[in-house]
Amino acid sequence: MQPNINVVSLVSIGRHPQSGRARRAEQDGRAVELGLTLAGQSLTVVHAGNAKEPVLRQYAGMGLPSLTVLEQSEGCDALPVLMSFLQDKSVDVVLTGVRAEGGESSGMLPYLLAEKLGWPLVPRVAEVLEIKNGEAEVLLALPRGQRRAVTVKLPFIASVDNAAQEARQTAFGPGLRADFKVLNGDSVVDEAASQWQISVAKPRPKRIKVVKAKTAADRMKAATAKPVGGGGKVLRNESSTEKAQAIFDLLIEEKVIR
Amino acid sequence: MSDLSSKDSSLDNLLRRDPRAEWIARNRLHPLHNEMLQIGGVEVRGPSGLLRKNPHVIGFIGPNGIKRIDRTNTSSASLGDKKRSSATKETQLPLHIVENPDFYIMVVADMVGGRLTGHDKDILGLAHQLVAKRNGAVTLVCFGDNKETQCDLAGVDRLVHLQGEIYEGFAPEARLNALLQIEAQYKPDYWLFPDSVHGGMDLACRLSARLGERLAAQAWQVNAEHTVCRGASASQDILRDTPRILTLLEECGDAIDESRHQVLPMAIDGIEQTTPAMVDKGLIAVDSNAVPLAEAEFILSAGNGIHNWDQFHAAAAALGATEGASRVAVDDGFMPRARQVGASGTWVTARVYLAVGISGAIQHMQGIGQCDKVVAINTDAGCDMVKRADLAVIADSEDVLAELIQLAQHYSLSKGQEEKSDAA
Repeated sequence: MQPNINVVSLVSIGRHPQSGRARRAEQDGRAVELGLTLAGQSLTVVHAGNAKEPVLRQYAGMGLPSLTVLEQSEGCDALPVLMSFLQDKSVDVVLTGVRAEGGESSGMLPYLLAEKLGWPLVPRVAEVLEIKNGEAEVLLALPRGQRRAVTVKLPFIASVDNAAQEARQTAFGPGLRADFKVLNGDSVVDEAASQWQISVAKPRPKRIKVVKAKTAADRMKAATAKPVGGGGKVLRNESSTEKAQAIFDLLIEEKVIR
Repeated sequence: MSDLSSKDSSLDNLLRRDPRAEWIARNRLHPLHNEMLQIGGVEVRGPSGLLRKNPHVIGFIGPNGIKRIDRTNTSSASLGDKKRSSATKETQLPLHIVENPDFYIMVVADMVGGRLTGHDKDILGLAHQLVAKRNGAVTLVCFGDNKETQCDLAGVDRLVHLQGEIYEGFAPEARLNALLQIEAQYKPDYWLFPDSVHGGMDLACRLSARLGERLAAQAWQVNAEHTVCRGASASQDILRDTPRILTLLEECGDAIDESRHQVLPMAIDGIEQTTPAMVDKGLIAVDSNAVPLAEAEFILSAGNGIHNWDQFHAAAAALGATEGASRVAVDDGFMPRARQVGASGTWVTARVYLAVGISGAIQHMQGIGQCDKVVAINTDAGCDMVKRADLAVIADSEDVLAELIQLAQHYSLSKGQEEKSDAA
């Protein structure tokens, strides 16, 4: 745990992928978990929306003494209220998920906040290694399980990837007992989004394999040919040192050996 | 003004007929009849175009006065000069030319490993749908290494290739500055990004936030007026007006496959770079066996040809490869079931797949269908894995693995020393 830093985790209402019921959002839960390891009990967890939403108790049940709700009605833009909330305080780190599980889920919120506040944004964080002397060293989650170390000056905004530490279990009783601070701000309706037509997602058509052969012989070849790479290099009579060197050169050229 | 200009190669394949020669060949009373048949070059075709053969003129009279017929066709080379050229000739696709384009569509590609991904190619295809016969240029913006040799076939009219140390590795701020300069200079009609974890989505969000324009995320049906996006963790479709910045899902369009494009480089004037707030400290070594097999980048896979299993594990550790196995190795109990590659195991997507002692059953080949580069070490030169491999080594696995371990150790030692001398 790092002393004396102010960490804010932003949480939203998730959606269960099978049942579609409201739940603790996967990545937001991880953002709270990361916030708890960074700041412990002094973590501030903020939600913009309906304070009566029962799912918020699931976040509170992770061991939070209190939770801040910026009250606004549905269809409102969360950006202005969060902006005014963050500007007032001296915050060092803001943690969010990469994408919300409801609404547009464009993942733009952390970017817009970072742009407005003029802070750097660190995308897809897996772990915060350490924070000292006003600088943080974080690990980014890359595809294929790779990690990249990046240093960034405080204050910054980070979106938390699915590779981060899984959110702890929530406890029902402490969740109910947690104290909710409800703040009323001026909420702005998202005009552009109200123009959209929203429907249940249609299954996307599968791409059909089209054989664009001009002649019957070509079609026959396309239907019967074995998918072979062709033109591969074969080493037979070289010494085993040369063979190994050829393989090693290919591995280095493809940058899989570091 | 898209102009399809190319030489029609089908003209070369046309059969040229000489009506006069055919007429002489038909007319036995013609004074030139015998000479014309002696030349033999005349193919006589009936009215329906059917090839007619005169059995009386087949062959020649040998030195002893006996008619000889050469059925091996060795001396008939002179007869074949009018035959159709064989189909092996490479067909040249028509070239799509864009001169002085009225507008640009920028496609910022991921270029994983320096090559266009299937996702990138789909987006280039979609960009051409958005051009829709107008005089616009589809421009590929790529950063860092460009190993792609087939940009012209993927539909790239113009290319902005930004190279240099500042764009290497994790450099979203430097890349964003470059995109802003492109925006100022060319004012593109659309900015298209892949909605991917390789940095496409990140860059799109940064550009959108900086320009203050709302983007459409996870779009999958796009035309000039409307866009359909996935929302709410892919449970909803959102129909909206098409914005200028889009991040696109996979298979959003069809890749270009019937034309060549110019790939003309475009110049970008002085890009203003600022000191980045985030400093890249490089990739971190991860435990390669903790990476799920399905998404591992580099797999060392073992089959029936491995006898020294300790050496195999040592090789995987030295090379930093994720371990895989064929079904035989798993059934014999040398590797856990979770490591099996193939139809009843895991379908892998590795960039480099190093198969040691695996002959390549069809179920195994299905499992490695998506791998880019396959390297085989095998004693049997005729096996399927060697045929599929980009590099095949015909040798006993034990010797080659021993050499590979040594090479890897030397490499890491020399690299460690370099870093030490850099630090000093």
